[in-house]
Amino acid sequence: MIPASFAYERAQSVREAVELLESHQGEAKVLSGGHSLIPLLKLRLTSPTVLVDIGGIAELKGISAEGDRLVVGALTTHAEVAASPEVRRHLPLLAEAARQVGDLQVRNRGTVGGNIAHADPASDLPAVALALDAVITVEGPAGRSEVPVEDFILGPLLTALGGSDVVVSVAFPIPKGKWKGAYEKYPHPASGYAVAGVAAVIGVDDGGTIRDARVGITGVGDMPYRARDVEAALVGNPATEEVVRRAAERADAEGSFSGDLFASEDYRRHLSKVYTRRALMRSLP
Amino acid sequence: MTTTKTVVTLKVNGVERTAEVEPRLLLVHFLRDVLGLTGTHVGCDTSQCGACTVLLDGRGVKSCTVLAVQADGHEVTTVEGLARDGELHPIQEGFWEKHGLQCGFCTPGAMMTAVELLRQNPNPTDEEIREGLEGVICRCTGYENIVRAVKYAAERMRG
Repeated sequence: MIPASFAYERAQSVREAVELLESHQGEAKVLSGGHSLIPLLKLRLTSPTVLVDIGGIAELKGISAEGDRLVVGALTTHAEVAASPEVRRHLPLLAEAARQVGDLQVRNRGTVGGNIAHADPASDLPAVALALDAVITVEGPAGRSEVPVEDFILGPLLTALGGSDVVVSVAFPIPKGKWKGAYEKYPHPASGYAVAGVAAVIGVDDGGTIRDARVGITGVGDMPYRARDVEAALVGNPATEEVVRRAAERADAEGSFSGDLFASEDYRRHLSKVYTRRALMRSLP
Repeated sequence: MTTTKTVVTLKVNGVERTAEVEPRLLLVHFLRDVLGLTGTHVGCDTSQCGACTVLLDGRGVKSCTVLAVQADGHEVTTVEGLARDGELHPIQEGFWEKHGLQCGFCTPGAMMTAVELLRQNPNPTDEEIREGLEGVICRCTGYENIVRAVKYAAERMRG
Protein backbone atom coordinates (compact mmCIF):
# COMPACT_ATOMS: atom_id res chain seq x y z
CA MET A 1 0.00 0.00 0.00
CA ILE A 2 1.35 3.32 -1.05
CA PRO A 3 0.17 6.69 0.29
CA ALA A 4 -1.19 9.33 -2.09
CA SER A 5 1.33 12.03 -3.01
CA PHE A 6 1.99 14.83 -0.59
CA ALA A 7 4.50 17.60 -0.18
CA TYR A 8 6.92 17.37 2.71
CA GLU A 9 8.17 20.15 4.94
CA ARG A 10 10.56 19.82 7.84
CA ALA A 11 10.03 22.22 10.72
CA GLN A 12 13.07 23.26 12.75
CA SER A 13 11.05 24.74 15.62
CA VAL A 14 7.53 24.58 17.02
CA ARG A 15 6.94 28.16 15.87
CA GLU A 16 7.96 27.23 12.33
CA ALA A 17 5.69 24.19 12.42
CA VAL A 18 2.72 26.36 13.43
CA GLU A 19 3.55 28.85 10.66
CA LEU A 20 3.81 26.09 8.07
CA LEU A 21 0.48 24.62 9.17
CA GLU A 22 -1.10 28.06 9.01
CA SER A 23 0.25 28.77 5.55
CA HIS A 24 -1.33 25.57 4.23
CA GLN A 25 -4.79 26.46 5.55
CA GLY A 26 -5.96 23.15 6.98
CA GLU A 27 -4.48 21.09 4.11
CA ALA A 28 -1.49 20.01 6.19
CA LYS A 29 -0.99 17.39 8.89
CA VAL A 30 1.68 17.11 11.55
CA LEU A 31 4.03 14.13 11.28
CA SER A 32 5.88 13.00 14.40
CA GLY A 33 6.55 9.25 14.87
CA GLY A 34 4.04 8.53 12.13
CA HIS A 35 2.64 5.41 13.80
CA SER A 36 -0.93 6.62 13.67
CA LEU A 37 -0.67 8.79 10.58
CA ILE A 38 1.31 6.62 8.16
CA PRO A 39 -1.09 3.63 8.44
CA LEU A 40 -3.96 6.03 7.70
CA LEU A 41 -2.06 7.48 4.72
CA LYS A 42 -1.40 3.99 3.35
CA LEU A 43 -5.06 3.05 3.62
CA ARG A 44 -5.83 6.45 2.07
CA LEU A 45 -8.26 7.17 4.88
CA THR A 46 -6.65 10.59 4.98
CA SER A 47 -4.82 12.37 2.18
CA PRO A 48 -3.32 15.66 3.36
CA THR A 49 -1.56 17.63 0.66
CA VAL A 50 1.32 18.54 2.96
CA LEU A 51 3.05 16.82 5.87
CA VAL A 52 4.87 19.01 8.36
CA ASP A 53 7.55 16.84 9.99
CA ILE A 54 8.25 17.90 13.59
CA GLY A 55 10.44 14.82 14.22
CA GLY A 56 13.68 16.80 14.34
CA ILE A 57 12.64 19.47 16.86
CA ALA A 58 14.90 18.95 19.88
CA GLU A 59 12.80 21.00 22.33
CA LEU A 60 9.96 18.48 21.97
CA LYS A 61 12.02 15.59 23.30
CA GLY A 62 12.57 14.36 26.82
CA ILE A 63 11.02 13.99 30.25
CA SER A 64 11.50 16.47 33.08
CA ALA A 65 10.22 16.80 36.64
CA GLU A 66 8.78 20.28 37.08
CA GLY A 67 7.51 20.84 40.60
CA ASP A 68 4.82 18.27 41.33
CA ARG A 69 4.42 17.05 37.77
CA LEU A 70 6.29 15.12 35.11
CA VAL A 71 6.39 16.90 31.77
CA VAL A 72 6.75 14.56 28.81
CA GLY A 73 7.79 16.21 25.55
CA ALA A 74 5.52 15.44 22.60
CA LEU A 75 8.25 13.56 20.69
CA THR A 76 9.13 11.26 23.59
CA THR A 77 8.54 7.66 22.50
CA HIS A 78 6.56 5.07 24.46
CA ALA A 79 9.79 3.08 24.88
CA GLU A 80 11.47 6.13 26.45
CA VAL A 81 8.55 6.66 28.83
CA ALA A 82 8.53 2.97 29.82
CA ALA A 83 12.30 2.97 30.48
CA SER A 84 12.55 6.38 32.17
CA PRO A 85 13.83 6.11 35.77
CA GLU A 86 11.95 9.33 36.55
CA VAL A 87 8.62 7.96 35.31
CA ARG A 88 9.17 4.63 37.06
CA ARG A 89 9.93 6.39 40.35
CA HIS A 90 7.19 9.05 40.33
CA LEU A 91 4.45 7.58 38.15
CA PRO A 92 4.91 3.81 37.84
CA LEU A 93 1.41 3.38 36.37
CA LEU A 94 2.40 5.58 33.43
CA ALA A 95 5.47 3.41 32.79
CA GLU A 96 3.26 0.34 33.07
CA ALA A 97 0.82 1.66 30.47
CA ALA A 98 3.60 2.80 28.10
CA ARG A 99 5.12 -0.68 28.25
CA GLN A 100 1.83 -2.14 26.99
CA VAL A 101 1.40 0.11 23.95
CA GLY A 102 1.60 -1.81 20.66
CA ASP A 103 4.75 -3.91 20.45
CA LEU A 104 8.47 -3.35 20.88
CA GLN A 105 8.96 -1.82 17.42
CA VAL A 106 5.89 0.41 17.70
CA ARG A 107 6.99 1.67 21.14
CA ASN A 108 10.36 2.65 19.64
CA ARG A 109 8.69 4.96 17.16
CA GLY A 110 5.26 6.01 18.44
CA THR A 111 5.24 9.24 20.45
CA VAL A 112 3.28 10.51 23.44
CA GLY A 113 2.26 13.69 21.63
CA GLY A 114 1.13 11.79 18.54
CA ASN A 115 -0.81 9.34 20.68
CA ILE A 116 -2.74 12.09 22.48
CA ALA A 117 -3.31 14.08 19.28
CA HIS A 118 -4.65 11.00 17.49
CA ALA A 119 -7.09 10.24 20.37
CA ASP A 120 -7.72 6.63 19.46
CA PRO A 121 -10.58 5.42 21.70
CA ALA A 122 -8.74 2.15 22.42
CA SER A 123 -5.36 3.68 23.18
CA ASP A 124 -3.73 3.07 26.58
CA LEU A 125 -2.26 6.45 27.44
CA PRO A 126 -5.53 8.44 27.60
CA ALA A 127 -6.73 6.28 30.53
CA VAL A 128 -3.65 7.26 32.54
CA ALA A 129 -3.84 10.89 31.38
CA LEU A 130 -7.47 11.09 32.54
CA ALA A 131 -6.80 9.41 35.88
CA LEU A 132 -3.95 11.81 36.64
CA ASP A 133 -5.66 14.95 35.27
CA ALA A 134 -2.90 15.47 32.71
CA VAL A 135 -2.56 18.82 30.97
CA ILE A 136 -1.66 19.16 27.30
CA THR A 137 0.46 22.13 26.26
CA VAL A 138 -0.54 23.24 22.77
CA GLU A 139 1.13 25.86 20.58
CA GLY A 140 -0.99 27.59 17.97
CA PRO A 141 -1.04 30.85 16.04
CA ALA A 142 -2.06 32.75 19.21
CA GLY A 143 0.73 31.25 21.33
CA ARG A 144 0.86 28.52 23.95
CA SER A 145 -2.03 27.30 26.04
CA GLU A 146 -2.64 24.49 28.52
CA VAL A 147 -5.64 22.24 27.97
CA PRO A 148 -6.79 19.67 30.58
CA VAL A 149 -7.04 16.24 28.96
CA GLU A 150 -10.77 16.06 29.72
CA ASP A 151 -11.30 19.13 27.53
CA PHE A 152 -8.79 17.90 24.96
CA ILE A 153 -10.21 14.52 23.95
CA LEU A 154 -13.65 15.25 22.50
CA GLY A 155 -14.56 12.00 20.77
CA PRO A 156 -13.18 9.12 18.73
CA LEU A 157 -10.12 10.50 16.88
CA LEU A 158 -11.39 13.96 17.76
CA THR A 159 -9.55 16.53 19.88
CA ALA A 160 -9.64 20.23 20.68
CA LEU A 161 -6.56 20.76 18.45
CA GLY A 162 -7.02 23.40 15.79
CA GLY A 163 -5.70 22.95 12.24
CA SER A 164 -2.56 24.98 12.99
CA ASP A 165 -1.93 23.66 16.51
CA VAL A 166 0.96 21.47 17.62
CA VAL A 167 1.10 19.40 20.84
CA VAL A 168 4.21 20.52 22.74
CA SER A 169 4.05 18.31 25.84
CA VAL A 170 1.84 16.35 28.18
CA ALA A 171 2.21 17.13 31.89
CA PHE A 172 1.24 14.39 34.34
CA PRO A 173 0.66 15.64 37.91
CA ILE A 174 2.19 13.40 40.60
CA PRO A 175 -0.46 12.63 43.24
CA LYS A 176 0.37 13.89 46.73
CA GLY A 177 0.71 12.00 50.01
CA LYS A 178 0.55 8.25 50.33
CA TRP A 179 -0.82 6.66 47.15
CA LYS A 180 -0.51 3.76 44.74
CA GLY A 181 -1.59 3.32 41.15
CA ALA A 182 -1.87 0.64 38.47
CA TYR A 183 -2.84 0.08 34.84
CA GLU A 184 -4.70 -3.12 33.95
CA LYS A 185 -5.50 -4.01 30.38
CA TYR A 186 -7.24 -6.66 28.35
CA PRO A 187 -5.53 -6.34 24.96
CA HIS A 188 -7.21 -7.27 21.71
CA PRO A 189 -5.38 -10.49 20.76
CA ALA A 190 -4.66 -9.34 17.21
CA SER A 191 -4.19 -5.57 17.38
CA GLY A 192 -2.91 -5.20 20.94
CA TYR A 193 -5.21 -2.21 21.48
CA ALA A 194 -7.19 -2.12 24.72
CA VAL A 195 -10.54 -3.90 24.62
CA ALA A 196 -10.64 -2.58 28.18
CA GLY A 197 -7.88 -0.63 29.89
CA VAL A 198 -8.15 0.88 33.36
CA ALA A 199 -5.80 3.27 35.12
CA ALA A 200 -6.41 3.61 38.84
CA VAL A 201 -4.99 5.66 41.70
CA ILE A 202 -5.86 5.34 45.40
CA GLY A 203 -4.58 7.85 47.95
CA VAL A 204 -5.06 7.13 51.66
CA ASP A 205 -4.72 9.16 54.85
CA ASP A 206 -2.83 8.01 57.94
CA GLY A 207 -5.88 6.22 59.27
CA GLY A 208 -6.25 4.06 56.13
CA THR A 209 -9.24 5.97 54.77
CA ILE A 210 -9.38 6.65 51.03
CA ARG A 211 -9.02 10.42 50.52
CA ASP A 212 -8.33 10.39 46.76
CA ALA A 213 -9.51 7.95 44.09
CA ARG A 214 -9.07 8.21 40.33
CA VAL A 215 -10.19 5.84 37.62
CA GLY A 216 -9.65 6.35 33.87
CA ILE A 217 -11.11 3.80 31.46
CA THR A 218 -10.26 3.28 27.79
CA GLY A 219 -11.16 0.87 25.00
CA VAL A 220 -14.73 0.02 25.94
CA GLY A 221 -16.52 2.66 23.90
CA ASP A 222 -16.34 5.76 21.74
CA MET A 223 -13.97 7.61 24.01
CA PRO A 224 -12.03 7.17 27.25
CA TYR A 225 -13.72 8.46 30.41
CA ARG A 226 -13.31 9.12 34.12
CA ALA A 227 -15.40 6.74 36.21
CA ARG A 228 -16.56 9.35 38.73
CA ASP A 229 -19.20 7.06 40.22
CA VAL A 230 -16.52 4.54 41.14
CA GLU A 231 -14.38 7.30 42.63
CA ALA A 232 -17.29 8.62 44.71
CA ALA A 233 -17.94 5.13 46.07
CA LEU A 234 -14.33 4.91 47.26
CA VAL A 235 -13.57 8.29 48.79
CA GLY A 236 -14.22 8.50 52.54
CA ASN A 237 -14.33 4.72 52.92
CA PRO A 238 -11.69 2.40 54.37
CA ALA A 239 -9.15 1.11 51.82
CA THR A 240 -10.33 -2.49 51.82
CA GLU A 241 -10.92 -5.14 49.17
CA GLU A 242 -14.62 -5.18 49.99
CA VAL A 243 -14.96 -1.44 49.34
CA VAL A 244 -13.05 -1.82 46.05
CA ARG A 245 -15.21 -4.75 44.96
CA ARG A 246 -18.41 -2.78 45.52
CA ALA A 247 -17.10 0.41 43.90
CA ALA A 248 -15.84 -1.39 40.78
CA GLU A 249 -19.39 -2.55 40.02
CA ARG A 250 -20.14 1.08 39.07
CA ALA A 251 -17.48 1.21 36.32
CA ASP A 252 -20.07 1.18 33.52
CA ALA A 253 -22.32 3.84 35.08
CA GLU A 254 -20.69 6.42 32.80
CA GLY A 255 -19.11 6.19 29.37
CA SER A 256 -20.71 5.23 26.07
CA PHE A 257 -20.22 1.53 25.42
CA SER A 258 -20.25 -0.10 22.02
CA GLY A 259 -19.83 -3.59 20.67
CA ASP A 260 -18.08 -5.05 17.65
CA LEU A 261 -17.37 -8.49 16.17
CA PHE A 262 -14.82 -9.21 18.84
CA ALA A 263 -16.60 -8.01 21.98
CA SER A 264 -20.27 -7.17 22.49
CA GLU A 265 -21.43 -4.12 24.40
CA ASP A 266 -22.43 -6.30 27.36
CA TYR A 267 -19.06 -8.00 27.41
CA ARG A 268 -17.29 -4.64 27.37
CA ARG A 269 -19.46 -3.46 30.29
CA HIS A 270 -18.44 -6.59 32.15
CA LEU A 271 -14.76 -6.07 31.32
CA SER A 272 -14.89 -2.45 32.52
CA LYS A 273 -15.92 -3.69 35.98
CA VAL A 274 -13.44 -6.57 36.13
CA TYR A 275 -10.48 -4.49 35.01
CA THR A 276 -11.45 -1.59 37.27
CA ARG A 277 -11.50 -4.02 40.19
CA ARG A 278 -8.10 -5.46 39.25
CA ALA A 279 -6.49 -2.03 38.83
CA LEU A 280 -7.98 -0.79 42.12
CA MET A 281 -6.95 -3.94 44.01
CA ARG A 282 -3.36 -3.35 42.98
CA SER A 283 -3.69 0.29 44.05
CA LEU A 284 -4.64 -0.60 47.64
CA PRO A 285 -1.89 0.46 50.05
CA MET B 1 -0.62 17.79 -7.51
CA THR B 2 3.10 18.05 -7.89
CA THR B 3 5.32 16.82 -5.16
CA THR B 4 8.89 17.90 -5.16
CA LYS B 5 11.34 15.10 -4.76
CA THR B 6 13.65 15.30 -1.79
CA VAL B 7 17.27 14.25 -1.63
CA VAL B 8 17.96 11.92 1.28
CA THR B 9 21.23 10.55 2.59
CA LEU B 10 21.17 7.54 4.87
CA LYS B 11 23.94 5.39 6.25
CA VAL B 12 22.77 1.88 5.42
CA ASN B 13 24.80 -1.00 6.86
CA GLY B 14 27.69 1.42 7.32
CA VAL B 15 27.65 2.81 3.77
CA GLU B 16 26.38 6.27 2.93
CA ARG B 17 23.60 6.15 0.31
CA THR B 18 22.05 9.17 -1.36
CA ALA B 19 18.97 9.23 -3.55
CA GLU B 20 16.24 11.52 -4.73
CA VAL B 21 12.90 10.24 -3.47
CA GLU B 22 9.24 11.11 -3.36
CA PRO B 23 8.18 12.08 0.19
CA ARG B 24 5.62 9.28 0.18
CA LEU B 25 8.24 6.58 -0.38
CA LEU B 26 8.30 4.18 2.55
CA LEU B 27 11.65 3.23 4.06
CA VAL B 28 11.06 -0.43 3.23
CA HIS B 29 10.57 0.40 -0.45
CA PHE B 30 13.64 2.63 -0.38
CA LEU B 31 15.69 -0.28 0.96
CA ARG B 32 14.25 -2.87 -1.41
CA ASP B 33 13.58 -0.98 -4.63
CA VAL B 34 16.10 1.87 -4.58
CA LEU B 35 19.01 0.14 -2.86
CA GLY B 36 18.19 -3.44 -3.91
CA LEU B 37 18.41 -4.72 -0.32
CA THR B 38 15.65 -7.28 -0.63
CA GLY B 39 16.44 -9.06 2.64
CA THR B 40 13.91 -6.79 4.34
CA HIS B 41 10.49 -8.25 3.57
CA VAL B 42 7.04 -6.73 3.25
CA GLY B 43 4.50 -8.95 4.96
CA CYS B 44 1.26 -7.36 6.06
CA ASP B 45 2.05 -3.76 5.10
CA THR B 46 -0.17 -2.59 7.99
CA SER B 47 2.39 -2.31 10.81
CA GLN B 48 1.35 -5.64 12.31
CA CYS B 49 3.60 -8.47 11.18
CA GLY B 50 7.10 -7.09 11.74
CA ALA B 51 8.69 -8.79 8.69
CA CYS B 52 10.03 -5.37 7.64
CA THR B 53 11.79 -4.66 10.95
CA VAL B 54 15.16 -2.90 10.60
CA LEU B 55 17.31 -0.97 13.04
CA LEU B 56 17.01 2.81 12.80
CA ASP B 57 19.79 4.45 14.81
CA GLY B 58 20.14 1.09 16.54
CA ARG B 59 16.45 0.74 17.47
CA GLY B 60 14.11 -1.84 15.96
CA VAL B 61 11.37 -0.21 13.87
CA LYS B 62 8.88 -1.37 11.26
CA SER B 63 10.22 0.09 8.03
CA CYS B 64 6.77 -0.07 6.36
CA THR B 65 5.68 2.62 8.82
CA VAL B 66 8.58 5.02 8.37
CA LEU B 67 8.97 7.38 5.42
CA ALA B 68 12.38 7.40 3.74
CA VAL B 69 12.48 11.17 4.28
CA GLN B 70 12.09 10.62 8.03
CA ALA B 71 15.22 8.47 7.98
CA ASP B 72 17.25 11.17 6.19
CA GLY B 73 20.52 11.71 8.07
CA HIS B 74 20.04 8.58 10.16
CA GLU B 75 21.61 5.12 10.25
CA VAL B 76 19.82 1.98 9.14
CA THR B 77 20.88 -1.62 9.67
CA THR B 78 19.15 -4.35 7.66
CA VAL B 79 19.55 -8.10 7.85
CA GLU B 80 22.29 -7.79 5.20
CA GLY B 81 24.29 -5.79 7.73
CA LEU B 82 24.26 -8.40 10.51
CA ALA B 83 27.11 -10.66 9.38
CA ARG B 84 30.66 -9.29 9.70
CA ASP B 85 33.51 -10.42 7.44
CA GLY B 86 31.74 -13.63 6.50
CA GLU B 87 31.00 -14.46 10.16
CA LEU B 88 27.35 -14.90 11.01
CA HIS B 89 25.93 -12.67 13.75
CA PRO B 90 25.11 -14.75 16.87
CA ILE B 91 21.42 -14.27 16.17
CA GLN B 92 21.83 -15.70 12.66
CA GLU B 93 23.82 -18.56 14.10
CA GLY B 94 21.02 -19.14 16.64
CA PHE B 95 18.38 -19.37 13.91
CA TRP B 96 20.63 -21.79 12.03
CA GLU B 97 21.48 -24.00 15.01
CA LYS B 98 18.01 -24.08 16.54
CA HIS B 99 16.09 -24.30 13.28
CA GLY B 100 14.39 -20.98 13.97
CA LEU B 101 12.70 -20.83 10.56
CA GLN B 102 10.41 -22.80 8.33
CA CYS B 103 9.41 -20.82 5.25
CA GLY B 104 11.79 -18.02 6.23
CA PHE B 105 9.62 -15.09 5.26
CA CYS B 106 9.44 -13.52 8.71
CA THR B 107 13.03 -14.46 9.55
CA PRO B 108 14.78 -11.17 8.67
CA GLY B 109 12.28 -9.23 10.77
CA ALA B 110 12.38 -11.80 13.55
CA MET B 111 16.16 -11.58 13.67
CA MET B 112 16.27 -7.78 13.65
CA THR B 113 13.64 -7.67 16.38
CA ALA B 114 15.65 -10.20 18.38
CA VAL B 115 18.75 -8.02 18.05
CA GLU B 116 16.73 -5.11 19.49
CA LEU B 117 15.29 -7.31 22.21
CA LEU B 118 18.77 -8.45 23.29
CA ARG B 119 20.04 -4.86 23.23
CA GLN B 120 17.35 -3.94 25.73
CA ASN B 121 17.66 -7.12 27.76
CA PRO B 122 20.80 -9.25 27.26
CA ASN B 123 19.56 -12.03 29.54
CA PRO B 124 15.86 -12.52 28.82
CA THR B 125 13.63 -15.27 30.18
CA ASP B 126 11.53 -17.32 27.72
CA GLU B 127 8.57 -15.18 28.74
CA GLU B 128 10.46 -11.96 28.02
CA ILE B 129 11.59 -13.28 24.64
CA ARG B 130 7.98 -14.08 23.71
CA GLU B 131 6.86 -10.65 24.85
CA GLY B 132 9.70 -8.96 22.96
CA LEU B 133 8.77 -10.81 19.77
CA GLU B 134 5.10 -9.83 20.08
CA GLY B 135 5.51 -7.56 17.04
CA VAL B 136 6.65 -10.39 14.76
CA ILE B 137 4.12 -12.74 13.26
CA CYS B 138 5.35 -16.13 12.01
CA ARG B 139 2.75 -17.58 9.64
CA CYS B 140 4.31 -21.03 10.07
CA THR B 141 3.82 -20.60 13.84
CA GLY B 142 7.38 -21.70 14.42
CA TYR B 143 7.66 -19.68 17.59
CA GLU B 144 9.11 -22.43 19.79
CA ASN B 145 12.31 -22.64 17.80
CA ILE B 146 12.50 -18.89 17.36
CA VAL B 147 12.54 -18.55 21.15
CA ARG B 148 15.28 -21.23 21.34
CA ALA B 149 17.26 -19.39 18.66
CA VAL B 150 17.09 -16.10 20.57
CA LYS B 151 18.10 -17.86 23.79
CA TYR B 152 21.07 -19.41 22.01
CA ALA B 153 22.11 -16.01 20.70
CA ALA B 154 21.72 -14.40 24.12
CA GLU B 155 24.06 -16.97 25.63
CA ARG B 156 26.58 -16.53 22.82
CA MET B 157 26.49 -12.74 23.08
CA ARG B 158 26.96 -12.76 26.85
CA GLY B 159 30.04 -14.85 26.17
